Amino acid sequence: MLRKIAIVAGLGLALAASAEAQTPRKGGTIRMTAPYGSSFTSLDIHTTQRAQDEIYAKALHRSLYIWNSAEGRPVLELAKEDVVSGGGLVHTFKLRDDAYFHNGRKMTADDVIWSFTRIMDGTKAFPGARFVRVIEGAAAVEKGQAKEISGLKKIDDFTVEMKLTEKVDPGFYFFTALTSIYPADEGAKESFIQKPIGLGPFKFVEHVPGSRIVLERWDRFYKPGKPYADKVVVSIMAEAAARDVAFRNKEIDTSVLGPAQYVAYQSDANLKGTIVEVAEVFTRYMGMNPSFKPFTDKRVRQAINYAIDTDLIINKLVKGKAYRATSWLPLTSPAYDKAMKPYPFDPAKAKQLLTEAGYPNGFEFEWTTSQNESWGLPIVSAVIPMLDKVGIKAKVKQVETAVLAEVVRSGDYQAFIYSQQSGPDPQAALKCFHSATPQSACNYMNFKNAEFDKIVDAAGQADAPEQRVALLQKANALLYEEAPVWFFNYNKAVMAVQPWLKGVQQNATELTHQNVEDLWVDETSPAK
Amino acid sequence: MLSFLIRRLLQSIPTVLAVVLLVFVLFSVVPGSIVSSMSDDADPQVELRMKKQLGLDDPVYVRFGSYIAKLATGDFGTSFRTREPVITMIAKRAWPTLQLIFTAMAFAIVIGVPLGFVAALRPGGLVDTLAMVVAVSGLSIAKFWLGLVLMYLFALKLGWLPSFGYGDGGLKYLLLPAVTLGVSPMALFARTTRAAVLEIMTADFVRTARSKGMSETRVVKWHVMRNALVIILTTVGLQFGGLMGQAVVVEKLFSWPGIGSLLVDSVLQRDIPAVQGSILVVVLAFLAINLLIDVLYGVIDPRIRYA
Repeated sequence: MLRKIAIVAGLGLALAASAEAQTPRKGGTIRMTAPYGSSFTSLDIHTTQRAQDEIYAKALHRSLYIWNSAEGRPVLELAKEDVVSGGGLVHTFKLRDDAYFHNGRKMTADDVIWSFTRIMDGTKAFPGARFVRVIEGAAAVEKGQAKEISGLKKIDDFTVEMKLTEKVDPGFYFFTALTSIYPADEGAKESFIQKPIGLGPFKFVEHVPGSRIVLERWDRFYKPGKPYADKVVVSIMAEAAARDVAFRNKEIDTSVLGPAQYVAYQSDANLKGTIVEVAEVFTRYMGMNPSFKPFTDKRVRQAINYAIDTDLIINKLVKGKAYRATSWLPLTSPAYDKAMKPYPFDPAKAKQLLTEAGYPNGFEFEWTTSQNESWGLPIVSAVIPMLDKVGIKAKVKQVETAVLAEVVRSGDYQAFIYSQQSGPDPQAALKCFHSATPQSACNYMNFKNAEFDKIVDAAGQADAPEQRVALLQKANALLYEEAPVWFFNYNKAVMAVQPWLKGVQQNATELTHQNVEDLWVDETSPAK
Repeated sequence: MLSFLIRRLLQSIPTVLAVVLLVFVLFSVVPGSIVSSMSDDADPQVELRMKKQLGLDDPVYVRFGSYIAKLATGDFGTSFRTREPVITMIAKRAWPTLQLIFTAMAFAIVIGVPLGFVAALRPGGLVDTLAMVVAVSGLSIAKFWLGLVLMYLFALKLGWLPSFGYGDGGLKYLLLPAVTLGVSPMALFARTTRAAVLEIMTADFVRTARSKGMSETRVVKWHVMRNALVIILTTVGLQFGGLMGQAVVVEKLFSWPGIGSLLVDSVLQRDIPAVQGSILVVVLAFLAINLLIDVLYGVIDPRIRYA
């Protein structure tokens, strides 16, 4: 009997200890890294679309929605309630009445309207304009034809009515920091850029350009008990090898891993457990220009997909740090179709298709690429001999990443290799292939297909989510068949996380973008 | 001396203008723009309006004229990206860059010059051989690799120093990047000093001094050292310019907030005013240091004073 009591008591103690171990701990410093460049672009997050900048912005700012990684969808953040009317086009947002800017002023509907109007300033090219444009009258402000967005109306201090131009889920449009809500009075001042004020869980303390940003806990943050940590330091560390040393030396809590480090960490018993990975919503591909004669024929585009041993490249060159693309929508997309299979490696089939298309001896094209290790020159170099085997010769044209962005938007290419956002909203991702979408927006291959347009339009009008998903899957399958691109891979984002950092979210939109208020460090952290 | 300084300053003006013109023309023709780096899908009309607002739709000669006019009043322009005055952006980065370059140079001089001197006094000996092995290695090692090795050794294995960052700007954060940057000039100074001393040791005036019965210590101190210093100073002056360029790699590796990383990021983001301002500051610093070296020539060797 005594033995049984002892066992039960022991189990109880163990469970209690376990529960205590998982109870978020208050205090300490979270030491994150910004790996995508040697500086932050700007402290005005409305002006920059770089993933690098949103890392700190997640701590400093807030938007109407926020990405919920566990649910894989955007959820309300600065709004408490969204009442939909007007056939799905009118959204009435009840705003939080407990959200305070870091200067102590309460957020109101005026701040929301001011921020969205600012983003539509037609002389500034704010990248968030692509999202705000979905509000009726926003485009008129951008064009300089109106001063106010007609589709945005203040009902009272904490209620905003938003009329959209199409029936979409606004969550997908207003969850990133690009549409952060700024304080209307402070945001207009020049000093705002030096000392930004937001609604996030941490307030700005210091920016050492080219080195770090320091933020400290905002005590009036609206989520009770959060944030847990006292401080967040985001260090700029562009060099993977330097991050590796710092991570092993316990100087940083997170480190994004490249293909080579991914392999090294997996084979190291001490580091294997630190790996967090997620299929991000980015599709890597080779885009083909339909005005370049050979690529006008679907069979040629399909032949290219058959001619490349994609799995070999992913396994050997990308070191398994990617998922094979089956079509455009990535694995984490709500409309991803698990039944779809990728193009098999079949050079004979490729040769047959080329012959049928009138290119029995192949042809030559120019392939524009950047130096990117995951979707640039190394990949192109590996593919060229594979294409050569079916008679297709590729000449490399190497450009800077910034130039490549301009090349794809202008259509000044025969083929290019790129990484493009393909989520989280499947409807928006597929709409990039709609004939009404300009090439300069995101229809980089200038894809035009009436059947595809019809399906995507129908998906946009569908009321039932299941019906919408089914239609989007159909459109995605049509893309596979039409093969406007060589479907290469979906990015597998990999980050090493120290064992003392808890609450890390597997964010498919960008792994480094963490809702920092949910992170905490236990007592084993060197920065506890 | 004053007329010498004025003459040298005037001589610098064409150099500065040539660099300014070159950078301006270069960034007028390279592909990519601030608009495309800001937004993937900017409305073409917005792009046009933004270019107009930034003055990018004016002909190159108009923009250049306007830039020079502003520059003459000390206005380096405003960053396209951060909308800060470029001079403010550079000022924030100038001190860390100066810290890094001067510490690296101090390390290089303090180690490299005595090493070369000692090696030259016993040519072919053990010290000479070892010194030259160090010098050749120092010149051959890639900075990126050396920095990683130093990080691994002094941060990860010994735990003496932080592996990255600026911290409070103190010595413990500065040491590893400065040594990484300083090893190559240190090696060059060792080789240059050795070669200079060896040549001077066989010069007629040294032979004369010895034949007059002057002690070897006095010969080295008064004749060899002073004459070698002119050559060493020239090398130091040239190396300052080199270090400013090489600092980019070191700053990036160690997350050190210098002008080098500002320059690289500004180029990638097509922030033309920031690029022009950063390059101009580097050029001015290079010219200033070389002017200082020229003045020092006169102090060391009266024969070339006011030359």
